[in-house]
Amino acid sequence: MSDRPEVDDHSGTETTGHEWDGIKELNTPLPRWWLTIWFGCIAIALVYMVLMPSWPLPWANTYLKGLRHYSERANFETDMVKLAKSRGPDEIKLANTALDQVENNPELLNFALAAGKSAFGDNCATCHGSGGVGIFGYPALVDDVWLWGGTLDDIKYTITNGVRSTSDDTRFSQMPAFGRDGLLSKDEIKDVVDFVISLSGKEADAAAVKRGQAIFVDNCTACHGEDGKGMRDFGAPDLTDTDWLYAGDRAAITETVTNSRNGIMPTWKDRLEPWTIDALAIYVHSLGGGE
Amino acid sequence: MGKTTIIGGSPGKSGGPRASTIIHAASGVQKIDVTAVNKPEHRELYQKRVPIYPKLAHGLYRKIKWALLFILLGIYYLVPFIRWDRGPGAPDQAVLADFAGRRFYFFSIEIWPQEVYYITGLLMLAAFGLFLATALFGRVWCGYACPQTIWTDLFIAVERMVEGDRNARIKLARQPLRGKKLVKKIIKHTAWLLISLLTGGIFVLYFHDAPTVVRGFFTGQAPMSAYLFTAILTFTTYSLAGLMREQVCTYMCPWPRIQGALTDKDSFEVTYREYRGEPRGPHKKNDSWDGRGDCIDCKLCVAVCPMGIDIRDGDQLECINCALCIDACDSVMEKIGRPKGLIAYDTGRNTKRAEEGKKPVYRIFRARTVLYGALVFGISALMLYGLFTRSTLDLNTLRDRSPTFVRLSDGSVRNGYTLKIINKATVARDLDVSLDGIEGARLKAIGLKSDGKTITVSAKPDKVRAIKIYITVPAEVVKTLTPSTPISIVVQDHDGSERALNKTVFLIGKS
Repeated sequence: MSDRPEVDDHSGTETTGHEWDGIKELNTPLPRWWLTIWFGCIAIALVYMVLMPSWPLPWANTYLKGLRHYSERANFETDMVKLAKSRGPDEIKLANTALDQVENNPELLNFALAAGKSAFGDNCATCHGSGGVGIFGYPALVDDVWLWGGTLDDIKYTITNGVRSTSDDTRFSQMPAFGRDGLLSKDEIKDVVDFVISLSGKEADAAAVKRGQAIFVDNCTACHGEDGKGMRDFGAPDLTDTDWLYAGDRAAITETVTNSRNGIMPTWKDRLEPWTIDALAIYVHSLGGGE
Repeated sequence: MGKTTIIGGSPGKSGGPRASTIIHAASGVQKIDVTAVNKPEHRELYQKRVPIYPKLAHGLYRKIKWALLFILLGIYYLVPFIRWDRGPGAPDQAVLADFAGRRFYFFSIEIWPQEVYYITGLLMLAAFGLFLATALFGRVWCGYACPQTIWTDLFIAVERMVEGDRNARIKLARQPLRGKKLVKKIIKHTAWLLISLLTGGIFVLYFHDAPTVVRGFFTGQAPMSAYLFTAILTFTTYSLAGLMREQVCTYMCPWPRIQGALTDKDSFEVTYREYRGEPRGPHKKNDSWDGRGDCIDCKLCVAVCPMGIDIRDGDQLECINCALCIDACDSVMEKIGRPKGLIAYDTGRNTKRAEEGKKPVYRIFRARTVLYGALVFGISALMLYGLFTRSTLDLNTLRDRSPTFVRLSDGSVRNGYTLKIINKATVARDLDVSLDGIEGARLKAIGLKSDGKTITVSAKPDKVRAIKIYITVPAEVVKTLTPSTPISIVVQDHDGSERALNKTVFLIGKS
């Protein structure tokens, strides 16, 4: 065999010199375009390595930072600072404006509604539902039924201090567990439930309603009022309307009277900035039922 | 890396033009040693590109092409700098696609994103206009107006200025790459790159305020996208017009394939009149022209062709109908004293009729031209109508979905809607929002004045204003409603001069 590589007659390309079962392999060079791109990529990678963060240096607990000192984390921090700066004036303005005056300033109102909407989605929608539609045990915020009041200040107070929360100024009331604590017998509960059902205009056993009324007067009017229309000082719901926080059927009312409910809303004053609470109050007030 | 054939075509094989071996096709006309590189019989499944060295043609069509080149490039390069006063706050660039501001400006016309159907209309006009032009005159677009043709023509002109005409370029190609050739190549490619850079840079100006970007471009103040698109367009211009040239038309562009279906035997196309030219052959001075064709086989038509074809082979998909071969042939016919028009714009029908000795007939009005013409006219009329009756007030209504309705304690039902009021006018205006469809319904909006029937809202010029409104229907009216009641929300000027209306529904849930 000569030293010169064998050239395949058909293709005019050199062979590798190997032979397997009579088959020879062509030593076709890589296409030039492919090599160009490959070398190009290597060149770009080298430039990238110099400019951008590249190798970790675990022994020094650091990394090659690159000439541009690019850092996604630093960018994030810069962006947050920028955001705070751009929102800052509006935040201060909102915090310093009386709630009922915000409406007179369209731009500030816009800011409050936008900020309130996003804060509501982050903090409130979990229980009150998206858009404040409410679900079983968590009041709807879109209608005109308010347990603790629906003015801007009422709403702000509720958000700030919560209901039966850990705040010293929390809104607080406690409905007794009439059945569990033995205050009323099962029959008495059945009768008072019939009366409550009749209050909102539904059909109930007339005899039971009459018996239940006496029990209601003795036990419930202190909070729910003689006419059953509720009292906002105690967060006692109106029993005569069609709106029920814990459903208005016989089983649900029986459960409420027997074991009581006493739902909790946390205080938000330690978690949210005062201006965020203002924005939330304005947003919730704007949902349709604000007073 | 394999052998490099610098020049295929004929010069390499047959020695090229040499002073001592000038062959004459006829008295005073040199026979050019050239082969059409794109001849059908030369086609292979894979073939390295054979360079083409188009010779400069002189004549009517070359003049038209120069004029169009200057006009079209002039439009492209200068339009972004035309100013157009739209009042304060609006850009003063006559033609601007403002993506950041979501507006498209064309002189006095301002188009919003939701009016993108004007763009659809423009594209349809472009398509049908192209169909019409092709049905009438063959590939005039390819030959005269296509950017690929224009920029290639420009690049070839630059190449000719630096390296000389055809023969000089062929000679240069055979020399090794050093000395004078190297200098020339560097000058040529630098010039090409500068033109490409200008092309790419100007393109960007259609999307941003031109003077600002031009100033910022060199100080690094221009947006990143401006640099990116300049780079992309520079690269494509340089490679498409400088390096790839006719290959773009032959291999990349779908249009040559489509246009075959658009032309017919009445379309004007660059045609070699075979009945007049054949049999071809060299002609000696004082020989008779009887019994032979007018074609003296000088091949000037092949030498000037930027597509590397021989028009005498008939219709070919490579032919862009640029008519430079007509110029070339006419100049030769003039020299040898034969009538011009051996190669000319002609129709397939007339070529055939001429062979049969009949008079030519021209049929401009044919089913397809009438149809395309009607479509162009119809679309133009529709667009003009749309533009002239275009309203400056628009309304979009989004129903609340969470909740879809709210039942209030007194039995009344409330629905919420977000209204997007679009004021396309350049002035602020006071608008009234009212409701149609339910008697006794009350309207309320957050942060706006309302008397229950109408809400008054001010809209800033050239802006969208979103407002949230609530419609409350009292209990006694709710009883008379179906679960879903159609209603209309109306927005109108105080004086009622312009109004926009949206149909939506009022839901009360299951009754």
